[in-house]
Amino acid sequence: MHYIKNLRQYGIFIVFGIICLIISFITPQFLTVSNWTIIITQVSINALLAFGVTFVIITGGIDLSLGSIVAVAGVSAAMLAHPDSYPVLVPVFAGLFAGLLIGAFNGFIITKSKIAPFIVTLGTMTIGRGLALILSNGRPVSNLSDSFVFIGSGKIMGIPVLIVILIVMFILCSLILNRTILGRYIYAVGGNEQAARASGINVTQVKMTVYSVSGLLAGLAGILLTSRITTGQPNAGAGFELDAIAAVVIGGTSTTGGKGSIAGTLIGVLLIGVINNSLDLLNVTSYYQQVVMGIIIIGAVVLDSMNQKSNS
Amino acid sequence: MHPADEQILKVNGLSKSFFGVKALDNIHFDLKRGEVHALMGENGAGKSTFMKILIGLLKADAGSISFNSEQIENMDVHSIMQKGISMIHQEILMVPDLSVAQNIFLGREIKRAYLLDELAINQQAENLLLSMGLNINVRTKAKNLSIAELQLIEIAKAVSNNARVIIMDEPSSALSEKEVEILFNTIKDLKSKGVAIIYISHKMEEIYQIADRITVLRDGKYITTKHTAELDKSSLISLMVGRELEELFSASSTAQQEVILKVKNLNTKGKFSDINFEVYAGEVLGIAGLMGAGRTEIARAIFGLDSFESGEIMLKGKKLKIRSPKDAIREGIGYVSEDRKALGFIPELSVKQNISLSSILNYSKAWFINEKKEEKASSKIAQQLNIKASGLNQKVMNLSGGNQQKVVIARVLMAYPSLIILDEPTRGIDIGAKQEIYKLIRQLTETGLAVIMISSELPEILGMSNRVLVLSKGKQKTILTQKEASQEKIMQYALH
Repeated sequence: MHYIKNLRQYGIFIVFGIICLIISFITPQFLTVSNWTIIITQVSINALLAFGVTFVIITGGIDLSLGSIVAVAGVSAAMLAHPDSYPVLVPVFAGLFAGLLIGAFNGFIITKSKIAPFIVTLGTMTIGRGLALILSNGRPVSNLSDSFVFIGSGKIMGIPVLIVILIVMFILCSLILNRTILGRYIYAVGGNEQAARASGINVTQVKMTVYSVSGLLAGLAGILLTSRITTGQPNAGAGFELDAIAAVVIGGTSTTGGKGSIAGTLIGVLLIGVINNSLDLLNVTSYYQQVVMGIIIIGAVVLDSMNQKSNS
Repeated sequence: MHPADEQILKVNGLSKSFFGVKALDNIHFDLKRGEVHALMGENGAGKSTFMKILIGLLKADAGSISFNSEQIENMDVHSIMQKGISMIHQEILMVPDLSVAQNIFLGREIKRAYLLDELAINQQAENLLLSMGLNINVRTKAKNLSIAELQLIEIAKAVSNNARVIIMDEPSSALSEKEVEILFNTIKDLKSKGVAIIYISHKMEEIYQIADRITVLRDGKYITTKHTAELDKSSLISLMVGRELEELFSASSTAQQEVILKVKNLNTKGKFSDINFEVYAGEVLGIAGLMGAGRTEIARAIFGLDSFESGEIMLKGKKLKIRSPKDAIREGIGYVSEDRKALGFIPELSVKQNISLSSILNYSKAWFINEKKEEKASSKIAQQLNIKASGLNQKVMNLSGGNQQKVVIARVLMAYPSLIILDEPTRGIDIGAKQEIYKLIRQLTETGLAVIMISSELPEILGMSNRVLVLSKGKQKTILTQKEASQEKIMQYALH
């Protein structure tokens, strides 16, 4: 019994393994270094967004403004990244700062007004999109410096910079969630907000932090995307928040809060990437890919809720 | 028309257990047409469990209920309501944004060819209220009415449902004197129409004013049924509380001279006023009072869960400014809530993680938790408190109530408080765990900890407290010493 329970707990990891195994039998190109480099590079931006929103979802919240933050951060960075204008750190910091600012704004409104995070971030999503259009005058910002473009397409010791950033962020976010006081408080607030407060936790501070972190990581994602496509697009990132949330949910994080993990989220992100990649390899049109993805999202949550019922 | 002695409801040998604890044990009860029958007992005597079974919200383990000579003990809520038994709940269950008429006909709307017939609904609601002498506009939204009006409308709704038995649970608790008069007139009117009423109230004067007969429950057992005229107030009180003190408690002699907590003129409008007391090192100060007397509200104010309007709280001679539980914990105040599930623990976190939650800073360095230190400290206190779990990593949601309570107490103690407030510390836990918690309280006072214990169980209050503060309707009535305190005396002050 105990064995089966443990198996269930790691359900998504096992499902991921099985799917990879099956695909590798069908398409021999799948299990090659070059193919996996493509997969991981493709999912890296979604991964950063998903890591950030994992924190938010574990506290029982949601962040729908991610895609718009990507656009605002991307446009802001691009505007400062023209050749011979500023050192590359300036546009990077500008992008990160824009993300942090919008995230902190989300956290501030949510904790002060007690309005549902869904509504607040839905508002910020629209505001953010508008800001990106205003900043760029509605036009793509191009002509970016080589050093800025390097971030999204360069390699360090043969490894794409995107993948290096992904690995660093994965380790950092896992450490925060598993080893720090903040991580413990995030689980506590999501598990039972009232009890967390009665245990002496500053709930407002915890929520402010998770929305700020989510914004910051979305800002980073915006910089990476801009660098990769070599333009700051005011319309970039639309709908990205839904992919990120889907990955988090597939990864076993409960939308009611209190449980979840960064490792699960990474698997969720990779699963989405692998499915899209293999359907590409099998020449399945992208229309079908969307249907498959939807089925997987619902299937993951159904599995999870069945798991919960059998536990209680 | 209705012979007064015609029996309408008969309950025989009703029993119900929760997790092995008997909440109701062989209850007998009967109700006659046109009678007001008061159901009396302390908090936890089993009144609400009994009523929940009667209206079909709970299933009895044993016993029978016959209503108009029909067995109804296995019917669900809806069928029982259709048969004619309705309950007016303490909290009003109306949809605030619907009109009075829409609320009255909620769930059985009058239709005309699949569409709502608002005209007929309004007309019928109006007739109904008029027949009960109520002058309320049926088009008013429920949220714009007073609680008294809503309560009377609830009664009207029950009547329009052809209720033959109406259960009223503390119906007057939110009413002004004048509104109580309207309520009583309505009850008299219902009586004359042959409707029988089960009346639950803690207010003695009301019982003697309105009830024909009184049934007393105590500790889930049936005690007696008497005509109101045959039972004076003091005998009623002793019937309600009169039980032997169990051998659960040990006398305390550790109270010291040092004042730990001093509460001065604590006030919050509508909750409590002029609260003044001190708690000494090594002492248990019991706080007694009926539900709604303001006990928990005072505890929440001291702990920073709610703010208070005026007054002072001093700990060891230092005036405190507490804005949140975080401040209170830092100053050395601990609180174990009456509502373990809502305010006690985080279900998804492990035993260890719950225990260390309030004191995690002591087991960390530069934001990072030192898991070895955390494990060592929580394992030590888990052993001391005899927490039974499969391991420190077991989720707290999978523990028994008693062990969950111990985890909460462990968490509070880990923050090194000099005062702890225990709010109903033994509610809903089995007798073995209860005894352990009493023993623990003694051990804690021996180390000089000051304890405030709020409890509805008078034997617990009497057995554990050095002094007993009695509250009634948000006011501090008296502080009794251990010698002065008795169940009768506490009840007298609490009912005052």
